Amino acid sequence: MSEHVEWSEPEAAAPSTSAAVTPADAADAARLVAFGLQPKLQPARDQEYTELLRRYREDPPFARLADAVAAGLGLVVLEVSPRAGMAVTAAEDSVFAVRMGDYARRTSADSGDRFLHGLAHLAVAALAFPRPEDLADDGYIGRVSVNGVDAFVRQACRRLEERAEEQGENTDPASDAPGLEAAWRIWARRTATGATKDARRLAGSTTGIVGKAVAFLTDSGFLQRTGDDNGGTYRTTARYQLQVRDMAGSAAMAELLELGVVPVTDGTATLLPPEESDDLDLVADAGLPFHSA
Amino acid sequence: MTSPASTDSVPPQLSAGPRPALGPAADEGLARRLRALACTAPLHDLDARKANLAGEYSVYGMAEVALAAIDLVTLNMDFDTGADHDQIVARLIPRIAAQAPHRSVVEHERVARWVLENLINVGSVDRGFRAVYGTFASDGTYVRRDYDFKLIEEVPGPGGTVYLRTTDEAVNVLVGALDTDVTSAQIAAEVKLEVLISRGRLADAQLAAEQARYRTVQYSETLRRALDATRRNVRAVDWLQTVPDMIAEALDHVADRYRHENAILTNIRKARDESEDPEHKRRAAELVDIVKDCIRRHTQLQSRLLEAGPLFRAEQDRQAFATPMTTSGVDLYGHLVAPVLPLPVERAVRVTDAFFGRGTGLRTPVSVRVGDLVDILLTPPVEREHLGAEMPEPDLIATPDDSRFSEEQLAAAMELLDLPADAPRRLSGLLAQARRSDPDLPYLVALLAVHAASPAVGTAYRQGEEKLLFAVDDGTELDDPEFGGADLIVGTALLDAAGMAADRTEAA
Repeated sequence: MSEHVEWSEPEAAAPSTSAAVTPADAADAARLVAFGLQPKLQPARDQEYTELLRRYREDPPFARLADAVAAGLGLVVLEVSPRAGMAVTAAEDSVFAVRMGDYARRTSADSGDRFLHGLAHLAVAALAFPRPEDLADDGYIGRVSVNGVDAFVRQACRRLEERAEEQGENTDPASDAPGLEAAWRIWARRTATGATKDARRLAGSTTGIVGKAVAFLTDSGFLQRTGDDNGGTYRTTARYQLQVRDMAGSAAMAELLELGVVPVTDGTATLLPPEESDDLDLVADAGLPFHSA
Repeated sequence: MTSPASTDSVPPQLSAGPRPALGPAADEGLARRLRALACTAPLHDLDARKANLAGEYSVYGMAEVALAAIDLVTLNMDFDTGADHDQIVARLIPRIAAQAPHRSVVEHERVARWVLENLINVGSVDRGFRAVYGTFASDGTYVRRDYDFKLIEEVPGPGGTVYLRTTDEAVNVLVGALDTDVTSAQIAAEVKLEVLISRGRLADAQLAAEQARYRTVQYSETLRRALDATRRNVRAVDWLQTVPDMIAEALDHVADRYRHENAILTNIRKARDESEDPEHKRRAAELVDIVKDCIRRHTQLQSRLLEAGPLFRAEQDRQAFATPMTTSGVDLYGHLVAPVLPLPVERAVRVTDAFFGRGTGLRTPVSVRVGDLVDILLTPPVEREHLGAEMPEPDLIATPDDSRFSEEQLAAAMELLDLPADAPRRLSGLLAQARRSDPDLPYLVALLAVHAASPAVGTAYRQGEEKLLFAVDDGTELDDPEFGGADLIVGTALLDAAGMAADRTEAA
């Protein structure tokens, strides 16, 4: 949101000096927002889009107009640049927002499934941007694979399971209080994959859930499919980085803080195992994009 | 439970002080035994439920088939993938067939698939089992708990295929050594094996060798997981000490086992060659195969270990020597994933919901005009051209038929040579019978019989033939007006098609 302010500062030779907004300007601004609503459209591929982006950056009144159009529609402008285009996303309760119930049907009835779908999205982002630097570096392109995301979450779950065992905890949940079951167990006990009659991915398996997440993100223009290895490999786009950095990450953090959980890190190193670790099983912090075997 | 998992340092198990007792001390052991007992329940359940199947299935011992299936999957689990579903079914069929030899092969296969699917528990969304047991909590209240476990799990393989692996629970139930340390159990099994061989007790030795192999598989599985984790993870690894130590330790272990197993191999080979008793010979030969398999698995493990070093260095170069960046914003794993996983699910779901709500982007709502709707509904479906372009009719020229024998003659000869497996015949008799129907036919029969003297065993093996024509010369002269030479004994050998198919897939 702050980026366009930066660009507009050295503004000296703005072509339009007239303050009055014409209907044609409004139409152009709305048109730019409309381009932004097509997330898979590459700015470089469309001359009109490129032209409108240039005008946004060089003509501050036009930029304000486009921002206002977006805000009026219930959109948040993340960045306007040649690489990301008009990167807009849905504000809360906007008609453009994606609802979990529409995303996957079972989730409204089953909180376990709801969690699995949400965690799949979180894990894809965590593996795509494993280090804080990767999320901050505009040039960084993350790579993920479906099986890699599943393996990475399972590894983290296994680590928690081992830790619970070391401490002699009984993590088996009480039968009459399923909501108190530790979250990692939901993922760990769900099957990773499964044979189906028509050789498709089993939708309820964890790889099926991750596969749905990456397919959805691809439709959102956040990921691009690069291959079929490891259940499908993908690379991130500039929009995804913006979305995770400026919207999702902070929203989830805020929610976590509200739950009274304060994650303590020094902000540099992502994940170091406990120093006196005496086992071989290391934390799957995803220091790198997942590698195939 | 609510503190972040990544940052609080947990004292390692070895140096941990006495931990507070959780309720009555005996209760913990009881819970462990209840869980172990629960792992056997699906097997009993199979025998209990077979009566409900459509058809008369009580003749089959389902628990026995299930244990055999777990054995097979465990032994066929490779370092990388797992066991192939169809291969397991093919290998189960001989045992099932032995239980009910008069039933059809189709039914045997159905039983094999039923058992395997029930071990996976295909019907449930987790594809696992759940048992309920009760414990006393530390404050003395009685709590019922759910224990979730799997026996055979499905894992993704290369190219989107699905493989089977046995879980630790299944291996523990199978080996019967619950809650034991992998390494020490392996050493114990091998020491036992050596003692047994030195006393010449091969029957027990084979049992011990098989146990040693289960342990070997379990051990390489543990290491595979460790390597997988380290492969993803360079920054979190102590490259100065922990990793080189780990690799050195594992290599030492492989070298040690290798020496050990080679010694055993030499001993058993001697036992095999010196033994007079054919039964001893056979058992020793089987044992040799098992130990060879152990050595093969260790070699595989070793090559993995050797690859680990270069991989680490390459990844370290890529990461550690990159220009340092200013860091800002969120550490997704450390700040979100790690703290969320230990939370109770009803709280964790609020965080993942927040991430989902803001992280999925936008969808433009679909609005339908009635005019469009009518058009859409009335448009006939487009015929898909899945057959491709039309092929031009090939211009064929009939080649003159210059075969020495006609198709009918070949059919007659094949019918003549279609001998029952338990009744081989002399060539002279076959020739005489052939001559009665057609004066040319003996030539074809003689030709086929001579071919059968060197049967194409390799081809039959590759193509999975069920039987094979062979001919043997036992020194008898052929007394025939047209042919001379040996009076061959011609017969049919039955081949184990299912076993060969399984062998082929394993070799491939």
